[in-house]
Amino acid sequence: MRTTLRLFALLLLLGTAGWWVAAGKNPGWTKNKVAIEKKDEITEIVFIEYEDRFVPGVDILAAAVAGAVVLAGLSFLGRRKVAAS
Amino acid sequence: MKTTLLLTCVILPFAATAAEQTFDFKDPKGVNTARFTLDAPLETISGNANGVSGTLTIDPAKPEATKGSIVIDAKTLNVENAMMKEHMLGAEWLDVAKNPTITFTVMSLEDFNMSGQAAPAPGAPKGSSMDSVTATANVKGKFSLKGVEKEIAVPATVTLLKGKLGARTGGKMQGDLMVIRTEFTIKRADYGINPKAPTDKVSDDIVINLAIAGASPK
Repeated sequence: MRTTLRLFALLLLLGTAGWWVAAGKNPGWTKNKVAIEKKDEITEIVFIEYEDRFVPGVDILAAAVAGAVVLAGLSFLGRRKVAAS
Repeated sequence: MKTTLLLTCVILPFAATAAEQTFDFKDPKGVNTARFTLDAPLETISGNANGVSGTLTIDPAKPEATKGSIVIDAKTLNVENAMMKEHMLGAEWLDVAKNPTITFTVMSLEDFNMSGQAAPAPGAPKGSSMDSVTATANVKGKFSLKGVEKEIAVPATVTLLKGKLGARTGGKMQGDLMVIRTEFTIKRADYGINPKAPTDKVSDDIVINLAIAGASPK
């Protein structure tokens, strides 16, 4: 049980960190829209269009760290069985 | 003689206003954009609004007499996070339900300076007018945000693109385009935008960057 909890904690931490890195290491809050810059050819005005895309931010990373700490902490709560001598 | 006088009375007012041009900034293409940035030590918040409308009437012979206003639909303000957007539009921050527009009303233009004139496009007939004229000016006006109105002066670059409306509308309309670019800073606290919010997280300085095009059909 202890090993399972610790394994889950490690998987949660590494999985979320990997996802955050793969999604572009967004240093801000989680985004559900991404600004795309475009340029109008005639006026040369650079304008923004939003694309629906989920980009995890540091808030999700922090939640994963907290979750992993809780899981790892739980693994220390149970009483260790002492082998009969 | 009577006829001449009568004709003069009728024609003169039109001649006087003939040089005036009114540009409508409601852009069906949605290109007109107002961007904002709040760069605090702990967090940078940026977004934009594309609900731009309003008109400006300019007389090239008397640019200082330019009149009109630019209006931004506050509900079109956007950021990349849905919850942040909800907070931004809410009562504590911009309260767009009670203050649905952000307005800049032009009072006067100062230091008008023709900074450059582009040559006619290649292949244009000889003697044709300049394709574009660029000028800079200091625009004085009333800026209204969240129910607070303040007089401010902003530096602006104005480019007149003669005859370019046709190219932009695929030939459906003919006329001129005017592009205005400006960047200025306002204080969040001056407009009562959640003045209690800590400035290390949400900057008190709001940098506003406006790039808009207006059309004057002929």
